[in-house]
Amino acid sequence: MAGARGLALKRPSAIPGFGLALGFTLTYLSLIVLIPLAALMLKAASLGFSGFWEIVTAPRTLAALRVSFVISFIAAAINVVFGVVVAWVLIRYRFPGRRLLDAIVDLPFALPTAVAGIALTAIYARNGWIGSLLDPYGIKIAYTPWGIGVALVFIGLPFVVRTVQPVLEDFEREIEEAAASLGASRRQTVFRVMLPSLLPAILTGFALAFARAVGEYGSVIFIAGNIPFVSEIAPLLIVIRLEEFNYGQATAIAAAMLFIAFAIILFINLIQAWQRRRFGQ
Amino acid sequence: MSDLAYGLDFVTEDRARSVTTERRPVRVALIVIAVAFLTLFLLLPLFAVFSEALRAGLGGYWRAISEPDAIAAMRLTLLVAAIAVPANLLFGLAASWAIAKFEFPGKSVLNTLIDLPFSVSPVISGLVYVLLFGLQGYFGAYLQSENIQIIFAVPGIVLATIFVTFPFVARELVPLMQEQGIGDEEAALSLGASGLKTFLLVTLPNVKWALLYGVILCNARAMGEFGAVSVVSGHIRGKTNTMPLHVEILYNEYNFAAAFAVASLLALLALVTLVVKVALEWHYADQIAGTNRH
Repeated sequence: MAGARGLALKRPSAIPGFGLALGFTLTYLSLIVLIPLAALMLKAASLGFSGFWEIVTAPRTLAALRVSFVISFIAAAINVVFGVVVAWVLIRYRFPGRRLLDAIVDLPFALPTAVAGIALTAIYARNGWIGSLLDPYGIKIAYTPWGIGVALVFIGLPFVVRTVQPVLEDFEREIEEAAASLGASRRQTVFRVMLPSLLPAILTGFALAFARAVGEYGSVIFIAGNIPFVSEIAPLLIVIRLEEFNYGQATAIAAAMLFIAFAIILFINLIQAWQRRRFGQ
Repeated sequence: MSDLAYGLDFVTEDRARSVTTERRPVRVALIVIAVAFLTLFLLLPLFAVFSEALRAGLGGYWRAISEPDAIAAMRLTLLVAAIAVPANLLFGLAASWAIAKFEFPGKSVLNTLIDLPFSVSPVISGLVYVLLFGLQGYFGAYLQSENIQIIFAVPGIVLATIFVTFPFVARELVPLMQEQGIGDEEAALSLGASGLKTFLLVTLPNVKWALLYGVILCNARAMGEFGAVSVVSGHIRGKTNTMPLHVEILYNEYNFAAAFAVASLLALLALVTLVVKVALEWHYADQIAGTNRH
């Protein structure tokens, strides 16, 4: 994909419709995405820096941001571990049911978040299939921060698997053979030769899963319990402020989240530039 | 090369102990971990939806999905998707035509901007429209004087849905059309076809499977969107409730069986989406863009 980009035409084109296509694209993009996002920034700016800062550093806001970011980070880290194992197994091994498993990885993309939320809650509640197994040991998942983690692992998994999978698929076996023929054990080959070249993909997957988790709303609110300072996520706090008609506070929290989201995009682009430089792809 | 041996690895133990795979116990352990993890986190919730939905029996299930509010929610969900998906389809075609067939400054910025809605929290996707069109919003006073309602009404739901599903079609088409280049179009044009004819008879058939691929993913998200729609909907039963919002209301009323019954319809939609997606990937892998990321 990246290779094709350089090929496009440099000479004047015989193809018609440039003005119409680009004009429509830019108009639609502006109306649907850019102007609304600009309105958000404008509203945030109207609070003034001190106003903005006061809202964002209010204890309840900080607590919600912390819950969102910390749990999203942990969930994305869990997804990296299991996502790499899943990608590895799906690409490298042949076993019955492999293709079914491969297809089901995309379920979190296809299943509406609210449905995922109530289903996970039903499973992890005290009388649920898993909740009832854990309850005797005093472990509670639903209605605690753990529940948020479960929901975020669910929605983030495909990002890691689908980012690592193609890179692993293209990995040249000759490199593994070379490592082995130079005396590396399989463990050394995997951890010191293969994983380092998968690292950019893994980091990208992590960042995508993390970004998605931070903004996630639907699957979390059912299972979280939504207790302020404990299990209240930042997107929920935005909704609560909005329902109080407190647009300023809702906007400030949203703007803070957007800044961080944009920083993550920048981070992903940097990783990908690094990957291209390093592996020429 | 060692494709065959590799393929049978799992069954025929240690045939030649290839240096490019793990030992059998490690392989089995990794497969077990992957299967267990996916079962626990993905399959179990899916089964839970259907099992909870049928808890009140088939009669209860039928009542839940045939009551007037549920029907109204389904109707609204279909209506919203019927507007949002074609709108984003049209945009996807225009954007990919401009980006893939022409060279112009700012192209990579445009490409990044198209993906922007994916990095915005659904809640914020709804919030931005409230700030524009809500009662206290920038156009609130004007809209009220003209008696136009966008927020807490269907137009707001449509807008929020278009926002969250914005990149789906474009991101499937852009890389594919870039890969295909402009050779076919130039040939058609030089043989005397009009621009429109070239587009309809040459370009569209070249990208039809990727287009379908993008559309089904776009549709699944459009029908299932919760956060963004929840912010702009106002939750008026029978009026501004989409199916996911109807699920939420039933759930919050402790009407679990009914909530899961409606949810099971959405889960079915997800399954159908996955089946179509996989079928397209298997049959037309080379005609769908190289990227496999959503």
